[in-house]
Amino acid sequence: MSRLVIIGNGVAGVTVARHVRKRSDREILIISSETKYHFSRTALMYIFMGHMKYEHTKPYEDYFWKKNRIDLKQDLVSDIDTNAKKLTLASGEEVEYDDLVLATGSKSNKFGWPGQDLPGVQGLFSYQDLELMEENCKNAKHAVLVGGGLIGIEMAEMLITRGIDVTFLVMEDRFWGNILPYEESRLIQRHAEEHGVTFRLETQLKEIVAGDDGRAKSVITSNGEEIACDFVGLSAGVHPNIGVVSQSDIEVGRGILVNDYLETNIPNVYAVGDCAEIKVEEGRNRIEPLWYTGKMQGEALGKTIAGQRTKYERGIWFNSAKFFDIEYQTYGFIPNSPQDNISSFYWQHPDKELCIRINYESDTQVVTGINTFGIRMRHEVWDKWLANQCTIKYVLQHLRDANFDPEFFKRYEQDVIDTFNMQNPESKLSLSRLNWITKRFTREQAHAN
Amino acid sequence: MQTSQLTWIVPVRKGGLSLFLIGLLVFVGMLVINTFTLTDNALSNAISNESHRQLLSPHFADLKGNTVSNKASFINEVRSTLNQYNNTLNERYSISDSDIAAIMAEVNALGHYELEQLTNALGTSDEAAYKIKKLTDYTNWLAGAQGKPLSEIEQVLKEKSVEINVNVTDITNGKRIYDYELGQYVYGLTKSASSGLVANNTGLFFFLSIILGTVGALMYIVPDKYTGPAGIKNNNIFFNSSTNGGFIGLLATFLLVAIYIALYFFPEYIIEWVALVDPLFKGLNGSGAGPWSIYGFVYTLAIVVMGVRMFIKYRHSNYHLTRTTSLVFFQSCFAFLIPELLIKLNQPSTDLKNMWPLDYDFFDAWNLDSLSSSGGIGMFMLVWGITLFAIGVPIFTYFFGKRWYCSWVCGCGGLAETAGDPYRQLSDKSMTAWRIERVVVHGVLVFAIIMTGVTLYTYFTDVKTIAGIDTYSFRSAYGFYIGALFSGVVGTGFYPKMGNRVWCRFGCPLAAYIGLVQRFKSRFRITTNGGQCISCGNCSTYCEMGIDVRAYAQRGADIVRSSCVGCGVCSSVCPRGVLKLENGTVNAVVNQSQKDETVQIINVMSAEEQQAMAK
Repeated sequence: MSRLVIIGNGVAGVTVARHVRKRSDREILIISSETKYHFSRTALMYIFMGHMKYEHTKPYEDYFWKKNRIDLKQDLVSDIDTNAKKLTLASGEEVEYDDLVLATGSKSNKFGWPGQDLPGVQGLFSYQDLELMEENCKNAKHAVLVGGGLIGIEMAEMLITRGIDVTFLVMEDRFWGNILPYEESRLIQRHAEEHGVTFRLETQLKEIVAGDDGRAKSVITSNGEEIACDFVGLSAGVHPNIGVVSQSDIEVGRGILVNDYLETNIPNVYAVGDCAEIKVEEGRNRIEPLWYTGKMQGEALGKTIAGQRTKYERGIWFNSAKFFDIEYQTYGFIPNSPQDNISSFYWQHPDKELCIRINYESDTQVVTGINTFGIRMRHEVWDKWLANQCTIKYVLQHLRDANFDPEFFKRYEQDVIDTFNMQNPESKLSLSRLNWITKRFTREQAHAN
Repeated sequence: MQTSQLTWIVPVRKGGLSLFLIGLLVFVGMLVINTFTLTDNALSNAISNESHRQLLSPHFADLKGNTVSNKASFINEVRSTLNQYNNTLNERYSISDSDIAAIMAEVNALGHYELEQLTNALGTSDEAAYKIKKLTDYTNWLAGAQGKPLSEIEQVLKEKSVEINVNVTDITNGKRIYDYELGQYVYGLTKSASSGLVANNTGLFFFLSIILGTVGALMYIVPDKYTGPAGIKNNNIFFNSSTNGGFIGLLATFLLVAIYIALYFFPEYIIEWVALVDPLFKGLNGSGAGPWSIYGFVYTLAIVVMGVRMFIKYRHSNYHLTRTTSLVFFQSCFAFLIPELLIKLNQPSTDLKNMWPLDYDFFDAWNLDSLSSSGGIGMFMLVWGITLFAIGVPIFTYFFGKRWYCSWVCGCGGLAETAGDPYRQLSDKSMTAWRIERVVVHGVLVFAIIMTGVTLYTYFTDVKTIAGIDTYSFRSAYGFYIGALFSGVVGTGFYPKMGNRVWCRFGCPLAAYIGLVQRFKSRFRITTNGGQCISCGNCSTYCEMGIDVRAYAQRGADIVRSSCVGCGVCSSVCPRGVLKLENGTVNAVVNQSQKDETVQIINVMSAEEQQAMAK
């Protein structure tokens, strides 16, 4: 029986295995050096904060793998021989494959800062990083985080639960400024400050200084300021983990180069998830280090390997995150700064940390994207609206249909539409009647098909 | 608003914790500091049956007037005196070897056996009359039979007397003290005989235990509101041994189990607690408190105080605020106040929101008799009780799901959702646990139905056995194993080890019944928001019913499970806002093959959208 070997047991690799198993009976082996069983990487922060234990982060009970005949091996792949279709493991064992999937994930970015490898300095990606963070935080009182993205804000939340002060060095003039528009960014920053985070904006890391014990004792910023600390978190993004692949015949760029079918230059070798760099005709190749895209790529590749060659299509873009207590969702595309021919409607609650931004084409009025903070939106509805190029007028009038907040939560659609009418005196929009009785998407979609 | 800037929080919380622990210590400690003196007064208070009192009084002569400081030894003394009395009674009414010898002497003289000989041999006392009656019943076939060898007659008499003696406990002429009376007397005597520090200072002890404990708990709970912005804060739950099933959890389990065992089986050990709330209950119901009064009081207090904790912990969520308000209201009014006021008004006392089969004694003969003989209000309660489970459950569950009862109204749910909230993460999520749950909880439902069926059969036909089994034995087995051991001792006692819904999940027959409606005919379901699940596991971890919510969410499937009580915590703890409790209008997708992984992109426009576009 032909053997599929998957390197990496993150969500992308595991999704491939599951979708191949759904369609075929072949032998499947997943090799990972991180943990024996698949766990949810996104939940690492909750282990640290004591919300969950490691066991809770495993999406499948341990019996699942045996029952589905997916073999697991905890070992590190040290060599890939694509001619002999053979892997060499750190233990010396050799593993032969017929199909090989590379799902090796990411590594934290380090930009050559002096002192970046000192004890007490780390990123957060793997289970081992979490264990290290546990060790590093034992007696820590002050932490400095470098780079203001999602991992950074999660690290800040984690550290604060241990009573550790957090200073955040942010290169841009605002938090996550390369993604978020100004208002949203300010909202999150204020919220983080309320939780006790101190921000240093337009500030970069220059150097990490070691103390007498050899551990990090302070950082020096681009402004020349020295900030005392006993923990430095590197959260300036991640890059594909291509260490073992780069010595093989498999073509790599920043990541492992693949086409839209996630196939590498070598037949029967594929890459999926964070480590894959998808070649595009024009512009910069895509690397998508996200849970959702990892899962969707895994699904597509699973089908391909099982014989039904399937292109990876991302569909309408979406993402979501949580910044301390504020949930964030985005659908479509919202750039971080104003664009030509794109109008941007922004509503924010006067006191609460809630806001919505909807962008639309100035001429056609077609909605191009939404950012929502503190208000949950229904994925199917937005997906449909964006795919069907609905207008701002239609979207605002039907905004109630998209609400996904729990029952009894206060609703703001009327405020939103009033604000829009005020900003656009020529428009006299009103909410469509509440048709929640007739609107249920699960089945309607099935019928629509 | 940094924690460190609010310097008052830590000392207030520490002080609160200390006060609470002092209150708890006094509450438990007061059980061992009273002294006990049995007086005639105590006897007449505790034993209202006058003939029993007169019969028993001489047996208590030794104990009377002595002050005993050790409660256990006093209780043992009283209990053994009562048992001794019953044993003496047995001895007096049993046919002894000397009785048989006396009869055989008569038989020897005459040559055969005659019933008249019995009076000659045994005399005319009370017990002799009893023995003669029994021997007459058992041996009249032998009387007058000529030519039987004497040894055979003696053999028959011996065998029959063994049979008679086995049943000697059925002496019904008001002398014997039955088990239930014995329990009442032990409890009543212990209560009436108690004196000393606690008995003389109930007000002070009420303050030092209940008030101090409550104030302490609130001091611990309320500052949480000021430690930071509202939102889900489950920090350190798995590091704290009181909430991760560790040592403090074990201690709490031990304490709760001990309290439940005392409450159900040895209420005489907690008479000091009853005394604490006696004045309060006199005011409420006009007659005073029993062991279940203090239980009801502390239970309601726990729901109110921990309800405050819910109001603070989930202050960002109107769903939790609303349902917690509902739970506190139904517990304090329907379960606590109204039944007591009904007693005061001389009406049958009932908890109108409780229903069969959770309220398993609803169809007991005494309850049916009491309700049907109490005029209009009794009749109303009877009809209401039946309507609620027969019509109310299917209708409400169809529209709102199981939650309308389990996490909005029910008293067991009330405790689980408030006092039990800190333990919700301890429920077992494994497939094995689910398998056990399904067998056990539906088994209890079947047991409840059979038990009620045979109880009603006896009620209407007066036939007391079915297939040779005493129908009451079903009822008493259910009461002991399910009513006392399962719902109380295990169901609540094991909160700190097995999570807060042990009873609701594995044992409650009403939950099983509502669950069947929810699973097969209800608009309620939890929907998942497209493909946005990140499989983090918060939903599963914090599901008190042990549902592996994530298993559904990561597939993008609706969650329709009979056990889901709709508490809404999965939706609250989800860091990506993926879950929503909904009462939909179309069938939920329960066929998992219809949904797979991330949501498919739908490119079909509805008619109204196309119209909108055209404008």
